[in-house]
Formats: sequence, C-alpha cells, structure tokens
Amino acid sequence: MDGQTVIGSVLDAPRPVPARPVRPAPVVGPPLGMLAELTHRCPLQCGYCSNPIQLLKANREVDTAGWLSILEQAADLGILQIHLSGGEPTLRPDLEQFVALLARKGVYTNLITAGTVLTRDRLFALRDAGLDHVQLSIQSVRADLSDKIGNIKGGLAKKLTLAGWVQEAGLPLTLNAPVHRHNIMDTGAVIDMALELGADRVEIANVQYYGWAAVNKAALMPEWSQVLEQQAVVEAARERLKGVLNIDFVTPDYYAKYPKPCMGGWARDVLNVTPEGKVLPCHAAESLTDMRFENATETPLADIWYKSESFNRYRGYDWMTDLCASCERVDNCFGGCRCQAMALTGNAANADPACSKSPHHHLMAEITGGYAGSEPPPFVYRRIAAQ
Amino acid sequence: MDAARTRAIVDAASRPNMPRHVRLQLNELRDRYVVLAPEKVMWPDPVSVDVLKLCDGSRSIADIAQQLAADYNAPPEVIQTDVMEFVQEWTDKRLLVLS
Repeated sequence: MDGQTVIGSVLDAPRPVPARPVRPAPVVGPPLGMLAELTHRCPLQCGYCSNPIQLLKANREVDTAGWLSILEQAADLGILQIHLSGGEPTLRPDLEQFVALLARKGVYTNLITAGTVLTRDRLFALRDAGLDHVQLSIQSVRADLSDKIGNIKGGLAKKLTLAGWVQEAGLPLTLNAPVHRHNIMDTGAVIDMALELGADRVEIANVQYYGWAAVNKAALMPEWSQVLEQQAVVEAARERLKGVLNIDFVTPDYYAKYPKPCMGGWARDVLNVTPEGKVLPCHAAESLTDMRFENATETPLADIWYKSESFNRYRGYDWMTDLCASCERVDNCFGGCRCQAMALTGNAANADPACSKSPHHHLMAEITGGYAGSEPPPFVYRRIAAQ
Repeated sequence: MDAARTRAIVDAASRPNMPRHVRLQLNELRDRYVVLAPEKVMWPDPVSVDVLKLCDGSRSIADIAQQLAADYNAPPEVIQTDVMEFVQEWTDKRLLVLS
C-alpha cells in the first residue's frame, strides 16, 4: 500500500482469496421443518413484522382443504416440525383441523401467536387436538410501550392472561421477545417475566431487517452501547438460570462479526409456505425479485423441495463467490443470508455483508452509525393495503 | 415461584422422565430415532436412544445403569457415571424432568 490509497478503493480492490476447494455436489435430503404462514391478518401492527410489505387479504388465503393437503404432503415429505404462524394463525377457524391432522401424522406442532384473540376454550381445544407447544410474542414488559409497538390497546394484559391458560392447559410455553432500540433495555425484565409465567424458553430476538423492519430501520436500530449491555445481561442470565430457563439469543446482525447460518443454509432443512400457498426457502425470499416461486396448491410440495429452481439456486457451494467458497467457516454460515446480501449489495450471491470478511461489511457500520444518537422516527405500522 | 424454577441435580435415586412436550419417536423415512422438542429436532446416537427409552419416570438412574450394564456387558459403576452425566445434561436443557 502506498499510503495515498483512500480507504474506499482499498475495500473495493480485489483481495487475494485462497483457491476454491473442490467439493461434492450437495445431497438433498428431506426437509425437517416448515413455517406455515396461515394468514397475514393480525390485530397487531408491529413495525418489525417479518411478513412482506405486500400483505395478502383473507380472500387470497389457501382454503381449509388446500392447507390440509399441503400439511399432509409436508408430513409425508419427512417434515417433523411445523410452526403454525401468520399474521395471527388463531384467526383461522380451521386451525384445530390442521393441528389434529399433524398430530395424527406424528408431526410436532408449534403455535406462534401474539395471544390477543385466542380464548381459553379454544386453547384447550387446540391442546386436545394434539398441539405440542405455544410460542407467545411479547412486544414489551411495559403496557404502554406494548400498546405503542403493536398499535393495539391492552395487548399485554391479554397476553399475560393467555400465558396463564397455557400453563393451566399443561402446554409448554416459549416467550418470544423481538428486540429493538425501544425495548432493548428491558431484556432482563423479559427474562424475569418468562420465569414468572412458567415459560420453558425465552427467545431474545434482535429484530432482523427485512420486510417491515427494513422500512422501520431508523425507528428500530439499537446503538452499540445498548447491544453490549444486552449481551452482558443475557450471558449472566444464562449462567444463573442454567437448567431453569432455556434462553435463545438472536444476535443483532448489524453489529455481528460473522453472519448467522440463515435458515440453517438455503433449502437445506426448512421451507416456508405463504398464506396463498407459495413455497419459499425462507420467509423473506420474495425480496429476491428475480426469483419465481411455485405454489403448493398447483405443484406437489416434494417437486418444489427437490426440483424447483428457487430451492436449488443457492444449494451447495457452486453459486458462492470465491470469498465464501474458500472460507473455512462456510459450513457454519453457508454464506449467511441471501436476502440481506441482495438488500445491501444488490447481488444475492454475495457474502452476507454481516460478515467482517465481506468487502461490503462497512455498509453495516455506515447504516448503524447514521442512526446513532438521533431521535428515532415514528413507526410505519404494518397494514394490509388494497390489492 | 414454584419448585420447577430451580435447577434439578441428578443423583442415583433420581427417576428421569420425558415431559409431555418432548417426544422420542422412530422416524421411518430416515430409519432413525428423533427427539422432538420446542424449536428443536435432535438425532440421538444409538446409545442415547437406549438411555432415553429407559427414562420412563419409574426407573431410577441406578436401575437404568444396571439394565444398560447387562445389555452392554459393561461395569455398572462406569455406566452409572455416564448415565448421570447424560441425564444432567438433558435435564439442564429441560428435555428430561426428574422425580
């Protein structure tokens, strides 16, 4: 380096990378898990919702017979765990039928709910149909902030009531807390709440910036000092609560050194079905605008999993840049997240910019640095637009 | 705060059991045993499967070790140490409960 070079051109300059090792083509096995987004309808309007910006109205949803067929195909394909999600999945009156079918097929069922509309009778009916587990979201441990984040009155009280019924029903409970700059300081209180509610697990999930969260990035992004404090709280709680409470921690991507193994690798273990039946390798995959996704109401699920272009495009190693293909961590992260690579670098095949080895990694610091110390703008609430 | 809110420590008299929401089942498609738990799919090795099958809430750690020692033709005291370690680890992950 001649000392005259500006930082930008150093970052853009090609870096020497080790030669690509020759690796065998991937052997595609059956999937393990499925996220079934039964509906996009939801009483809450959280600005970090993982649903796409283009939300579907009820009339676009797959009907009861259609979902029963998809779920049966999923079980036959080898899927062992199905997350019944949304939107708010309990808005589907046919939910009990889905749970009963999956229980009959030996599939583990997880209900992912915001818990504001589910009645006690219905929860017990779901349990009797064979439901295995309930995951309840918590916007904030403070009632006023909970109302503001979800744009709903009295949400927290309803959630706490539901948590009591879950315990009464003898069902295991996970508390899921999406974390951002408005509630990151309450991480310890969330863990305490999980204990009080008799939860087995708590997920401290730093928001990931796709879909609605990408729109609300400036309103949600925490600061580095907050992230460090949160990390210390989680580490101490894990130590203190060993054998008492399982604490899952989704670390904040924008402050990461290495990317997460997004979805455990593209189309390796899991798939996602949207309310209209589109089958995606991950819930944000529709942000890859040049990709066409098959619909499970038209194409057998097995064909989509094994043969479709969308599922095969980022399997294995051939699609990767040399940076990822030659990296010793490739089997830890599989290149990270395709959607994040697309959103920040314009090319979904690039390394996830969350990786400190990526030539685009500086974008993360530039974005977080741009928000640091500023007053967050108001939320753009999630809404179903006219279609 | 109820009793479940402290860490359960395994001893030879503990009787481990799988809670209702944790399931050991044979997956015929893959011809392997699988453990299904909240947000988790695990593939225990054959020895772990043999231990888990005996975790029925009626057998103590000592009973389980004795059974496995006979099945594997191995010294019971070594087996008991291994079983205790295994059960403690699974209990810490809340995949087994003790009575």
